[in-house]
Amino acid sequence: MVEKTVEEVNQKIRDGSVRVVTAEEMTEIVEALGPKDAAKEVDVVTTGTFGAMCSSGAILNFGHADPPIKTQKVWLNDVEAYAGLAAVDVYIGATQLSESKGMEYGGGHVIEDLVSGKSVTLRATGYGTDCYPLKNIETTLTLEDLNQAAMINPRNAYQRYNVATNTSDQIMHTYMGPLLPNLGNAIYSGSGALSPLFNDPTYATIGIGTRIFLCGAQGYVIGEGTQHDPKSNMGTLMVKGNLKEMNPEFVKGASFHKYGTTLYVGLGIPIPILNEDVALHTGISDAEIRAEVLDYGVQRRDRPVLGKVTYEELKSGRIEIDGKEVRTSAISSLYMARKVAESLKDWILKGEFTLSKPVERLPTKLRVKSMRQTGGLPLVKDVMTDGIGTIKPDVGIEEASKRIIKGEFNHLPVVSDDGRLVGIVTSWDISRAVALAKRGKVEQIMTRRVIVVSPSDPIDIAARKLEQHNISALPVVDGKRKVIGIITSEDLSKLLAGGT
Amino acid sequence: MKMLLHFTPQIIKKPLIAEVVLETGVLVNINKATIDVTGGELIINVPDKDVNKVIKSFKSRGVDVVTLEKPIIRVDEECVHCGACISVCPTNVFKCEVDDSISLDHKECIQCGACITACPHNALKLSR
Ligand code: SF4
Ligand code: SF4
Repeated sequence: MVEKTVEEVNQKIRDGSVRVVTAEEMTEIVEALGPKDAAKEVDVVTTGTFGAMCSSGAILNFGHADPPIKTQKVWLNDVEAYAGLAAVDVYIGATQLSESKGMEYGGGHVIEDLVSGKSVTLRATGYGTDCYPLKNIETTLTLEDLNQAAMINPRNAYQRYNVATNTSDQIMHTYMGPLLPNLGNAIYSGSGALSPLFNDPTYATIGIGTRIFLCGAQGYVIGEGTQHDPKSNMGTLMVKGNLKEMNPEFVKGASFHKYGTTLYVGLGIPIPILNEDVALHTGISDAEIRAEVLDYGVQRRDRPVLGKVTYEELKSGRIEIDGKEVRTSAISSLYMARKVAESLKDWILKGEFTLSKPVERLPTKLRVKSMRQTGGLPLVKDVMTDGIGTIKPDVGIEEASKRIIKGEFNHLPVVSDDGRLVGIVTSWDISRAVALAKRGKVEQIMTRRVIVVSPSDPIDIAARKLEQHNISALPVVDGKRKVIGIITSEDLSKLLAGGT
Repeated sequence: MKMLLHFTPQIIKKPLIAEVVLETGVLVNINKATIDVTGGELIINVPDKDVNKVIKSFKSRGVDVVTLEKPIIRVDEECVHCGACISVCPTNVFKCEVDDSISLDHKECIQCGACITACPHNALKLSR
């Protein structure tokens, strides 16, 4: 039975006899030798991931101005940083958007610019006190000018993540990138067999104080990340590193179309192979790591699961969902994740990086809670009008026009014989057809691509759809596309007016 | 090779493509067309050997022609090789190589623009 200590591994790093491999190489070694011999052969396994990590940011200290200012609001390149700290401390978060450039530029880009040595414009306001009389300041700064610049990321390195796809008939712009309609593509994140937490899923060697690779610098794990969910294999880490030591290649601001900005973070963790168990875990392969495929076409917290796939399948570029072949691509970079793991390996081999024993283990029993919502969201079914009239596609336009005159409707869902929604006509469509003396049937003038909502959707979803598509009503349909009501912008505005 | 054609409003009504096809005998493939009051813009694909003939024929009709040697341009310093562009491209321009870097094959691009907004790092641009 092999038993090593972190101190023994560090001794080997110092005397140059250490054996280090990346997690991908380890998968092959464990497969060939078995965990027992692998534990004898290998001292350290390096892991890596490189992807969008929204819960990232940096604490910056600018030093005092003369006369001094107690900054109350601070913008860096027009991106607001949180200044509710001491006079010249701020926290700049990756997803805060620029007030002038919107979604093209955000906190993530500010951090990248600082690390790349670019100068950044600081603008700040304060309320003025006897000890901090200055009320406004504007200046340009580089990373070198700052006292401290600590990257502190509340949630990084998700153990695994879901695969996103979209069964709706609209393109969805998400934090996983654009999801094409009707299962047009599927997007995943995470580096599979290279993933830091998947190589030590019981956190036997990773904990508070573990020294890591963070964006090209030596950083530390400072605790479990927010939403840490070990019971579902969705552990996360809170990490810290010095911006001044980082390499711009591993810190990249990014912007997701119609979603917003984020930061791509390169993070790697060395795992000391202390015994056979640890070796066994680091032997994990892409074929053993599974992820759930979720339908982002449903705009709710609990999205339907369409299936489970392995990282091996995901990396092949195609997966099967409901018998349909769907193209996959990643939003994180495997190429860069490998670079992280290789750089870390290099540091250790050169004796520049030694391992640290955690001072405390990460929690293994937590579960994630959802938000407690005391307000109670009204649902579509509480607000919609039910018992509405519908019309068949083969009814004549003239007949339909009589129904408007009776004042029955503004929007009339068109349903097939079995009650399924096939289109919608508005009183305007019909009036126009009559005015142009068009003859024919409703199906010739109806809109076929109907945007719908489900009765159990919160009304905010209905409001967003109305606004997004610039329409004034949505048929409410059940799972079988049977029309059970209609919700109009008028219903919603009445509700909002009454509610405030 | 792909080429970008600009039509002025004055000539937009003429059946120019048909005339060029008849004159040169080259079957051009239309990849994308946008036409409005300010004129028209067309991206066509022409077999490499016939490029000169076709350009001459369009130019003689007052059409402005720009050849798109690289219809899609990647700023390599910005690219992190994530692959987000792969699954949105209708013509499979992007490919994941054995080392998991992402390569691109310009020839297939029809300038639909889908990858431009899909790239989180603003690394892709259409050439004009
Ligand atoms: S513009 Fe369209 S066709 Fe060209 S590479 Fe991008 S996605 Fe593919
Ligand atoms: S989406 Fe952009 S960053 Fe990602 S591989 Fe394509 S070009 Fe590179």
